Amino acid sequence: MAALVQIYSGSKSQILAVGLALFLGLSIVFVTGHVQSHTLHDAAHDVRHATGFPCH
Amino acid sequence: MFTRIVTSALFAGGAAGLAAGILQWQFVQPVLLHSELYEQGLLTHFGGTLNSTDVALDRLQPMRDALSIIFTMLLNTGYALILIALMSIRHQSGDELTPHKGIIWGIAGYVAVHLAPALSLPPEVPGVAAADVELRQIWWVCTVAATSIGLWLIAFSRNITRIIPAIILILLPHLIGAPEADVFTGPAPTEIGALFASRALGIGLASWAVLGYFSARFFISETKRAEAVASAK
Repeated sequence: MAALVQIYSGSKSQILAVGLALFLGLSIVFVTGHVQSHTLHDAAHDVRHATGFPCH
Repeated sequence: MFTRIVTSALFAGGAAGLAAGILQWQFVQPVLLHSELYEQGLLTHFGGTLNSTDVALDRLQPMRDALSIIFTMLLNTGYALILIALMSIRHQSGDELTPHKGIIWGIAGYVAVHLAPALSLPPEVPGVAAADVELRQIWWVCTVAATSIGLWLIAFSRNITRIIPAIILILLPHLIGAPEADVFTGPAPTEIGALFASRALGIGLASWAVLGYFSARFFISETKRAEAVASAK
């Protein structure tokens, strides 16, 4: 992350936009791939297996 | 900038996710369904029983298949948000982005998120023996993070000495090792497990290449549109 910050020359609002997009993307990946609630697990079951996420 | 990234990611994730979902349904799902027959005990391959490799599978399950395609699109949208946010960092630093460079971004994403964890934690068919899921998830997250930083350093560092910590970062999760089951209890034939892993990795590569291409293409067009609007004002 330090390397990212070092080389990034955007304005504060651009840094915020990139940070928000990264957070949103990571959240979607976490919910789709990792959350173990019963309903989510069942719905995303085949996708988790096919994309290499630890499933159960 | 945020709107540009989100709009591009929605288009790229939707298009690539749909393609990935169809490829998975055609090539990965039949192997998974076959394995589930062993997981559920409807077929066994121990004790001298010989099973035909050709079995009738319930291929068309509308609700299950629709959910899988929707979740693949959602997952790809998440990937696209991360990929395009990182592309925009490089774009801001003066790197020209093209759809063909996008394919390389996609393949790098595949290496970090799919191939690197699979090296020590291969894509699993249902019912295989595995360690505690939370431990495997922690190892998976650490491996993806370490590999991503390592690949970034290799791709964008001007200083050659940073290659060494990059290689260490990429190798470290595998030197430590992924959490493993204590004993082997998987009921599915090894042939099915091997076919599943190779199909998942092969389709994963194709999907990520498509995702990288669309991510770059939509981000470029959204950026041109934003610049045209700004210059018209």
